Amino acid sequence: RMFITYPQTKTYFPHFDLHPGSEQIRGHGKKVANALGNAVKSLDNLSQALSELSNLHAYNLRVDPVNFKASWGPGPVFALQLLSQCFQVVLAVHMGKDYTPEVHAAYDKFLTAVAAVLAEK
Amino acid sequence: WTAEEKQLIASVWNKVNVEECGAEALARLLIVYPWTQRFFSSFGNLSSPTAILGNPKVRAHGRKVLTSFGEAVKNLDNIKTTYSKLSELHCEKLHVDPENFRLLGDILIIVLASHFARDFTPACQFAWQKLVGVVAHALARKYH
Repeated sequence: RMFITYPQTKTYFPHFDLHPGSEQIRGHGKKVANALGNAVKSLDNLSQALSELSNLHAYNLRVDPVNFKASWGPGPVFALQLLSQCFQVVLAVHMGKDYTPEVHAAYDKFLTAVAAVLAEK
Repeated sequence: WTAEEKQLIASVWNKVNVEECGAEALARLLIVYPWTQRFFSSFGNLSSPTAILGNPKVRAHGRKVLTSFGEAVKNLDNIKTTYSKLSELHCEKLHVDPENFRLLGDILIIVLASHFARDFTPACQFAWQKLVGVVAHALARKYH
């Protein structure tokens, strides 16, 4: 959903097959969901639980094609807000009215906190 | 706007219960982002999600907001003009930070998703996120 709704997010996955339903999307989506699952189990300690992922998302290793030099560029942190929106839409699609305002508020807060930790570095 | 986007927007809008969705979207804004309650201090009891959801002024205002949104849907090629006066109002009289328009837009999308489930396809979401973005931008345009 994120790649379709916000095409600019595809720029972070130039190495992926981005056709809807691709194995790579399914695999990576599962990874993300599992990581969120771990976060749910460590709500009072998100910083520590997501520490390694924080490094990965704060910076993007870019390779300059002319000089073949690698350097760090700004990472996909602002795209995480877009993923958060899409994740909530999926929850709403699946849960219907069970995605109550209270559940919605809790998940918005949770996903915002996760994104903030991933942006810490 | 492509023909497909216009069609996706219209097909969802035709099935929207403006009163219900409007009330729900505004209530969720006040619940999920409690600071927005400051704009509605005259609305009475906003002390809990239950109170907010049942508050008749919230419901009425939510319906008003979404009805106005319907004007954008009917005038997709002319949204800036459609919202010109409302933009001035939100800046000069209501003093609302335009960031809140973006938040309400995202909440509306989640409300639509919960009502339409799988019918709210990724393509639908794309068109609607674009629409709420354009509306938010139009409402912010006259700020000074």
